[in-house]
Amino acid sequence: MLNELFTLATLIGILHSGVRLATPYLFAALGETFAQRSGVLNLGVDGMMLMGAFTAFYVAFNGGNLWLAVAAAIGVGCLMGLLMGVVSVTMQAEQGISGIGLYLFGLGLSSLLFKTLIGSVESVSGFPKLALPLLSDLPIIGYIFFDHNVLVYLAYLMVPVTAFVLNRTTFGLSIRAVGHNPEAADSLGVSVNRVRYVTLIIGGGLAGVAGASLSIGLLNVFQENMTNGLGFIAVALVYFGSWRAVGVLGGALLFSLVNALQLWVQVLGIPIPSDIAVMLPYVLTIVVLTLTVRQIQQPAALTKPYERGE
Amino acid sequence: MAAHERTQFTLDRITGAALPVLAVAGALVVGALLLLMLGVNPFTAYAALFNGALGNVSGITQTLTKATPLLLVGLGICIAFRGGVINIGGEGQIILGAVSASAFAIGFSHWPGWLLLPLTMLAGTLAGLVWGGIPGWLKARMGVNEILSTVMMNQIALQVMNFLLRGPMLDPAQIAAGTNIPQSAALPEAVWLTRLVPRTLFHSGAILAVILAVAVYFLLWRTTIGYRIRAVGLNAAASRYAGIPVSRYVVLSMALSGAFCGLAGAVEVMGVHHRMIEGMSGGYGFSGIVAALFGKLHPLGAIPASAIFGSLLVGADKMQRSVQVPSSLVVALQGLIVLFVVASDLYVRRRSRRRMEERE
Amino acid sequence: MYRRLILMATFVLALALAACAAPAAPAAAPAADAPAAEAPAETSDPFRIAIVMPSSTTDLAWSQAMYDALKSVQAEMGGEASLEIAYSENMFQVTDAAAAIRDYAAEGFDLVIAHGTQYGNSMFEVATDFPETSFAWGTAVDTGTEQGLENIFAYEAAADEGGYVNGVIAALLSEANVIGVVGPVEAGDAKLYIDGFKKGVMDTKPDAVVNVSFTGNFGDTALAAEAANVHIQAGADILTGSAQQVVGAVGVAKENGVKWLGTQSDQTSLGPDVVVANQVYEWTGTVKDMIAKIQAGELGGTAYNLTLANGGLVIAYNSAVAVPDDVKAAADAAIAGIEDGSITTME
Repeated sequence: MLNELFTLATLIGILHSGVRLATPYLFAALGETFAQRSGVLNLGVDGMMLMGAFTAFYVAFNGGNLWLAVAAAIGVGCLMGLLMGVVSVTMQAEQGISGIGLYLFGLGLSSLLFKTLIGSVESVSGFPKLALPLLSDLPIIGYIFFDHNVLVYLAYLMVPVTAFVLNRTTFGLSIRAVGHNPEAADSLGVSVNRVRYVTLIIGGGLAGVAGASLSIGLLNVFQENMTNGLGFIAVALVYFGSWRAVGVLGGALLFSLVNALQLWVQVLGIPIPSDIAVMLPYVLTIVVLTLTVRQIQQPAALTKPYERGE
Repeated sequence: MAAHERTQFTLDRITGAALPVLAVAGALVVGALLLLMLGVNPFTAYAALFNGALGNVSGITQTLTKATPLLLVGLGICIAFRGGVINIGGEGQIILGAVSASAFAIGFSHWPGWLLLPLTMLAGTLAGLVWGGIPGWLKARMGVNEILSTVMMNQIALQVMNFLLRGPMLDPAQIAAGTNIPQSAALPEAVWLTRLVPRTLFHSGAILAVILAVAVYFLLWRTTIGYRIRAVGLNAAASRYAGIPVSRYVVLSMALSGAFCGLAGAVEVMGVHHRMIEGMSGGYGFSGIVAALFGKLHPLGAIPASAIFGSLLVGADKMQRSVQVPSSLVVALQGLIVLFVVASDLYVRRRSRRRMEERE
Repeated sequence: MYRRLILMATFVLALALAACAAPAAPAAAPAADAPAAEAPAETSDPFRIAIVMPSSTTDLAWSQAMYDALKSVQAEMGGEASLEIAYSENMFQVTDAAAAIRDYAAEGFDLVIAHGTQYGNSMFEVATDFPETSFAWGTAVDTGTEQGLENIFAYEAAADEGGYVNGVIAALLSEANVIGVVGPVEAGDAKLYIDGFKKGVMDTKPDAVVNVSFTGNFGDTALAAEAANVHIQAGADILTGSAQQVVGAVGVAKENGVKWLGTQSDQTSLGPDVVVANQVYEWTGTVKDMIAKIQAGELGGTAYNLTLANGGLVIAYNSAVAVPDDVKAAADAAIAGIEDGSITTME
């Protein structure tokens, strides 16, 4: 049985699954990266994702265009981000707690809307598999990377986009400055709070897509609490990735690949208790992070609200 | 302190206390819109909420039963926050505390009660201590952020529980009946905590929690260890400069925080459920954080805060039963209350800062 | 100083609460803790059932199966005038469920259903305090007679029986001879179902392979979906699974054109082209029998078991998916065999 795990077909299968599983984590964690880079810890990602998932599903369920559904999910996600901004930036609330409030609000409201507007678990036709021409014909690589739905590609595309915005644009410079030393940024004429609002809204929008990638991409259903705490893992992955897009990609892939691996281990009947197998991605994420050397410090102003003229 | 200053001081404190009430009221106003959306009269609903939580013996005892784990977890959260670490891992620590306490009590059920009961609590506390200490150690020695490790360790704890409850700890009666429902055998009666009001779940764990709140206050404000924990939390660099072994205190804060969560788990199974079951925690690790903040992260403040937050949770559930709305409304309402209360905190802090500046 | 603040906070809050509660109090719903003494059986009053469930009324699994049954009994009896239903869903926290069970009992409901084994301890405590009220719980077999209680019904579902039949169908429909199972946690109802399913496959086609995976969770829809994907990649051409998480897996089956066998509730709506059959828990008979017994003054003592033989378990085929006659015949033979005891569904 164990040797079955090391066949090429299994290995390809693990990679194929892992690449797909990483999608919602990527969207959500990249969004959270923006927020944390500017100094705001948003623990409410899961709630924003649920709102996005419901919105996208609702639009698609009522016959709306799938891209319209994604746009709606982004819009609602942005609104959730805006709400977090009001509470955590303007009102300077303790971020560890306001995020939990946002999570509960999103969890409750999405379920409530589902109950009142839809009422039973239904399915929709979500984004179909889109085998990219030429690329998907590549041996092995084609199946692993280029045989997914369009939101999966978009998630990976967001990695260089995020890296570019954060590292190569003036806006990115402002974000990093605000997260590192808000007083200095302020004295240079950067509006600390405005930047933080924008990053929270971007984070909300991406969390909205993360939800949509589940409800109209990978699962094509909506169910109460369907993310099941996925958003919290996404927040953890931002720490894993040391607030860099590439690092987040590494974390999301590691977590998802190990998750795919443990599913394969179970499916192939390798005699490990299922609970132990399920633990693997969580354990390994901690272990890998422990063993790697990191020099990057967290944004100095993370979790610290900013008030002018202190 | 001059007389007028003292008046000012008292006034500030009154507004400080009244603000959370106003904030809750604000959240309820928004919640009323949701109720209207569902075609429910908000006045009927909220009357049921307040009456349900505080209007009779049933509501008050349910509130206090709920407040007990909230307070214990909240104390743990206070220590962590004061020590400059965020403990999101309460959920896992509660679960393992409960598992450990149950296993111990069942394993040594023939021991006399006076010995078994405290040791059962200790078993739960130690499990929480270890499960909280690990992320503390990972942070202090390995630079692994505690949010990451505690989020992951919550899931690991859940699977440990699944593994134990469906295997080694599975109730023999469940095996005999062939139903295999994952729960442990009943705990020996010697470790059941006394029910303080008959025909309710309200148990003596509440008294223990209040005593411990005072103890934590003394620990944090009257001992060197506590002073150092707070110093590290306020300014790690300065503490290091002052010769405090910072990393040791980071581990300590997290471990103590975990210990209280573990104890909360032990007290829950000993006081309420009398056996290890799935769903014995169901979110106390998170709502305890909220309760701690409502108490301004002060162990004594956590006492009324957990009672107030507990009453809101109980009242909201009663409202659900009374007007028959989906339970998700209750969750959304909790979220709104948390958001409104943390946001309202700004004015309290602004005021206290202005006062400090004036005094200087 | 701090003490005074706390006192003050408590005082202010108490005032505020009193102010809010007082004027509206008369409008409040029946006060909790009212004596439960009133006899339930006046025929003109509606029969009142309250149910406390661990997941949502729309989970398309465990909770929904019971809730739908209550609703259909209600419709049959003539609507709310004859049968009143109160529900508390998503009571995954047992302390909350215990409070709900006690409150419903105090409010004078005729029958309080604790729809989860984990509620057992709490329910027994309440049942002791409310001997005039009838209680039911499941999955369970214990009606509390040993403790001298006479007001408790217990119910369970022989999930292994329908699992066995689903296994027979899966074995015969599978061309690849590989079958995938998406499980939640390896315990309780799911374990029963999966054990029966495996036995059904093995008895029919000993050389077939049944791959089983667990997500370690009841609600991890995304992981359940990926598990379905993995099963399909590993060669499975028939899938089944249990708990509310499977809605994601059914979607994956649909997308890949792989057949699905459901359990607990009818899941056909999620994959009209791929769901072959469902083992449906038909609690209506149980509910009706409990109501009849209570109205006749018998408040408990019966342990119900949904089986194929007593019509509590139904294999519901999806008419939109063609099932060859010989497969249906084999399934019917399996049902007959289970009913007359010639087939054992467990190892």
